[in-house]
Amino acid sequence: MFAEQISVFLENKSGRLAEVSRVLAEAGVNIRALSLADTSDFGILRIIVDDNRKADSALKDAGFTVRKTRVVAVEVADRPGGLHEILEFLQTSKINVEYMYAFVRQKQDNAVMIFRFDNTDQAVLALTEKGFSVIKGETLYTM
Amino acid sequence: MIYNMEFETLPREALEAIQLRRLRANVERIYATVPFYRRKLDEAGVKPGDIQSLKDLSRLPFTTKQDLRDNYPFGMFAVPMDNVVRIHASSGTTGQPTVVGYTARDVATWAELMARALSAGGASRGDIIHNAYGYGLFTGGLGVHYGAEKLGASVIPISGGNTKRQVLIMRDFGPTILTCTPSYALHLAEAAQEMGVDFSALKFKSGIFGAEPWSETMRLEIERILHLSAVDIYGLSEVIGPGVAIECVEAKKGLHIFEDHFLPEIIRPETGDPAGPGETGELVFTSLTKEAFPILRYRTRDISSLNYAPCICGRTMVRMTRVSGRTDDMLIIRGVNVFPSQIESVLMEMTEVEPHYQLVVDREGTLDNLTVNVEVGEQAFSDEVKDLLTLEKKIAKNIKETLGVSVRVKLVEPKTIARSEGKAQRVIDNRKI
Repeated sequence: MFAEQISVFLENKSGRLAEVSRVLAEAGVNIRALSLADTSDFGILRIIVDDNRKADSALKDAGFTVRKTRVVAVEVADRPGGLHEILEFLQTSKINVEYMYAFVRQKQDNAVMIFRFDNTDQAVLALTEKGFSVIKGETLYTM
Repeated sequence: MIYNMEFETLPREALEAIQLRRLRANVERIYATVPFYRRKLDEAGVKPGDIQSLKDLSRLPFTTKQDLRDNYPFGMFAVPMDNVVRIHASSGTTGQPTVVGYTARDVATWAELMARALSAGGASRGDIIHNAYGYGLFTGGLGVHYGAEKLGASVIPISGGNTKRQVLIMRDFGPTILTCTPSYALHLAEAAQEMGVDFSALKFKSGIFGAEPWSETMRLEIERILHLSAVDIYGLSEVIGPGVAIECVEAKKGLHIFEDHFLPEIIRPETGDPAGPGETGELVFTSLTKEAFPILRYRTRDISSLNYAPCICGRTMVRMTRVSGRTDDMLIIRGVNVFPSQIESVLMEMTEVEPHYQLVVDREGTLDNLTVNVEVGEQAFSDEVKDLLTLEKKIAKNIKETLGVSVRVKLVEPKTIARSEGKAQRVIDNRKI
């Protein structure tokens, strides 16, 4: 029930992000969601794409350090307090969120959040038991 | 196999007695025959008779590459030209070439030492040696050649270049020993692959590689690709040529210096003081038996250290660690000597990073700051910032523990640092002093 995310190591210098988007564009890969974590020296770009295999090999061929990570996509009610319900549940269940970001989705009732947990399996189990809608990877990539 | 069992396994006391006897005779003769050395010794206030023990060696003045250039071409020869049977010269890429000469006995000594070296590297009578070191003014080709003949092996004097023909000869003649520079060995392997010649089907068992700096990583790469056992050989024309020191195929852990002919020292390059036991510094050589071109305390500018521990091969000759750099590369950071090679070994010991690095020195105010750029490979890459920051801290801590200097570690993308061994730009010094 998890989704695969591609993480790319980037040096903190101009043009590196554009280089990633260029490589992916040329490979015909569509970026569905992204987040960027950065320090003064380097950044980590995390992306959800429509074709992991293609994205992975295109980026590696271009010389990037790439890693695939398991993340969890959860539907969140698109109204005030929607996100809070999940986060509150995670807190009471003592499930740690390493990071999270939003997934782009148009004209739907629910938003989608991408979570990285330190214990993915445990988190997925707890969320589904509680009735949260966890989206499968295959569904997510083509949403 | 040990070629000269008597000399190569001498007990330390017996060896030192021979060294002292030869050193005294050598200094005596040099003082009498080479005006340059007579002047240098006079200036230093040392008489040949002052050499009473090996410790007195440190009273003698150093000889530098510049001294050889100043005496170009034959000013440092200690015998009349009548007795010189061979002349070699360094390439002189950075200035005037340095010229060296050999008497017939020097050529014989050199052949003996190269026979020892080839033997330590796994060669013996019956082997076919593919000698791809250049023949000519460069000492590599002829040095190996005479040693191979002395050993009784069959030598193919192929020299450098014409790589395609080399591959065909390797396929057809079935050589068992390869001698060339490590980078040329890899070049030969590439060419063989392009020509459809499979190195694993060739008969090589050992490769004796030298004349340029290389690393442990490169050794493993060569051994994997060429299907042979790779050893490091060290030498320089100012001392004799190849055959000053050789790794034994048994241990492959440091190069045995033929101490009955050359007296090695490690000094601190900035002061010239003798380094402590096992300390890394500049390698200095004094010849003990050479006739035409004897040399006193020659500063090689090569970075190494000496290991007097016994070796599993049975040789008692001291081992120098593989030359990891040149004193020209040495950095002084807040009073601490830093050799790029030391940083490399720290990184080599960490399985999670690759030993691809670059050092950047900046001066902020009056303080020197050393930044170590390290490439992040897939192994090291976590997609969480805190893991990468932890890795940076760990590298910095390991460097601090080994070198005693605080550095800033910066992770960079792979392949952003030049790959080639030898002349890669490992150091960027932005200090304006």
